[in-house]
Amino acid sequence: MPRGTPRPVTGDVSAARPVLDGDELGRAISRIAHEILERTHGGTDTVLLGIPTRGVALATRLADRMSTFEGVRPPTGSLDVTLHRDDLHLRGLRALQVTDLPVDGVDGKVVVLVDDVLFSGRTIRAALDALLDTGRPRAVQLAVLVDRGHREVPIRADYVGKNIPTSLRETVHVLLREYDDRDGVLLGPASGVDAPA
Amino acid sequence: MNRHLLSAGDLSRDDALLIVHTAEELARISDRPIKKLPTLRGRTVVNLFFEDSTRTRLSFEVAAKRLSADVINFSTKGSSVSKGESLKDTALTLEAMGADAVVVRHSASGAPHRLAGWISGAIVNAGDGTHEHPTQALLDAFTMRRRLGRLEGLRVAIVGDILHSRVARSNVLLLDTLGAEVSVVAPPTLMPVGVGSWPCAVSFDLDAVLPKCDVVMMLRVQRERMAGAYFPSAREYSRRYGLDAPRMATLPDTAIVMHPGPMNRGMEIAAEVADSVRSTIVEQVANGVAVRMAVLYLLLGGDSS
Repeated sequence: MPRGTPRPVTGDVSAARPVLDGDELGRAISRIAHEILERTHGGTDTVLLGIPTRGVALATRLADRMSTFEGVRPPTGSLDVTLHRDDLHLRGLRALQVTDLPVDGVDGKVVVLVDDVLFSGRTIRAALDALLDTGRPRAVQLAVLVDRGHREVPIRADYVGKNIPTSLRETVHVLLREYDDRDGVLLGPASGVDAPA
Repeated sequence: MNRHLLSAGDLSRDDALLIVHTAEELARISDRPIKKLPTLRGRTVVNLFFEDSTRTRLSFEVAAKRLSADVINFSTKGSSVSKGESLKDTALTLEAMGADAVVVRHSASGAPHRLAGWISGAIVNAGDGTHEHPTQALLDAFTMRRRLGRLEGLRVAIVGDILHSRVARSNVLLLDTLGAEVSVVAPPTLMPVGVGSWPCAVSFDLDAVLPKCDVVMMLRVQRERMAGAYFPSAREYSRRYGLDAPRMATLPDTAIVMHPGPMNRGMEIAAEVADSVRSTIVEQVANGVAVRMAVLYLLLGGDSS
């Protein structure tokens, strides 16, 4: 698989109903950018690390907004968690995604992990392990576009774009212009193959 | 991916590229302060070496340990093999102990293939007789891609003892799959029978090939397999098929020189060539760890059923 290819949206998107349109998604990102600036005192010594694939695009968008709002653009990067997942032996093989850390590393920085959907929390658990193997951040925070509930580990997000109550059988599709034809969040019926991630 | 890695010829283009891309990501981990990953925790990898090896065995061991697998090293010295235990009985012992992967080197061509029928774990061929050495070919392809940025259309000359070389066979098969143009160059006595059916060009004249290649891969003259008087003298071989500085000067400016090691300095490769900036010999060893990590991850990382 070529580097950085997004995992395709699974399931039948046509049967899904929209819960955030493009404008609302943009506003949610703007709000999170403001909140990060507030909590990190202007974004100094802050690093945004996206979890591939859609988290990477979200991290870049957040950094762009922060730079528009306050003129400081925090370094961004991507952090692949595949090798730290706890479900590798339960599922088919996963291709590795790109890990690309800022040149100054994460030591002593406030690292904001960015992902599209927060579900079981296991991806973030793996991300914490992956992150701590690369250095020692001063603090780690979590920003997600959608929190859909159903946590299996004690993890919560510091910044949430939208809380969407879901049933376990439903699927959340995040569409981003970088990978898809438009921006938006859709809630669809279970695709059958998409387990908590 | 297949369940085993027995031959470079079994790899499809997609499989081979997946291994190379995975190795690319894993290679970055070697630059980190903490090089260990929890990925293969609880898996057991047995290194089963019936033939001597430094590089391959060490790099498989390092690769497995970086992925947190348990590694058991087995060499024939000091084992029941010296009491006459057969390959099959050794295999059944390993099977009973629950090896998830067996990395095997054997002097008999086809031994890994036989093992695959007896052991339920994944078999990785780490060199079998004069047959194949697929992970070496993968790390060579990975090295070429890192140095030259591509594999498609690369002109690669493999020079030396093609007859006995498992590295040559695996490289020819893999590089052809990946779209490179391969030629093999050797004295007629060191060309295998049927080389005409290999997916590569055949030449007996090194000087004619050198100006037209992006990669020249020198093979070791295997003294332990030279009982048949394949060439009159080492000096004559070196004159006609050795890579020395004047010959290296006829290569295109960007061309690289590779050698799978161990080298006979002054025989197939001059010391000044081996130590030149064009030489990738030390890089090949470093890349070997990343490539073997990729192979172990791709064979063991997924669903075990």
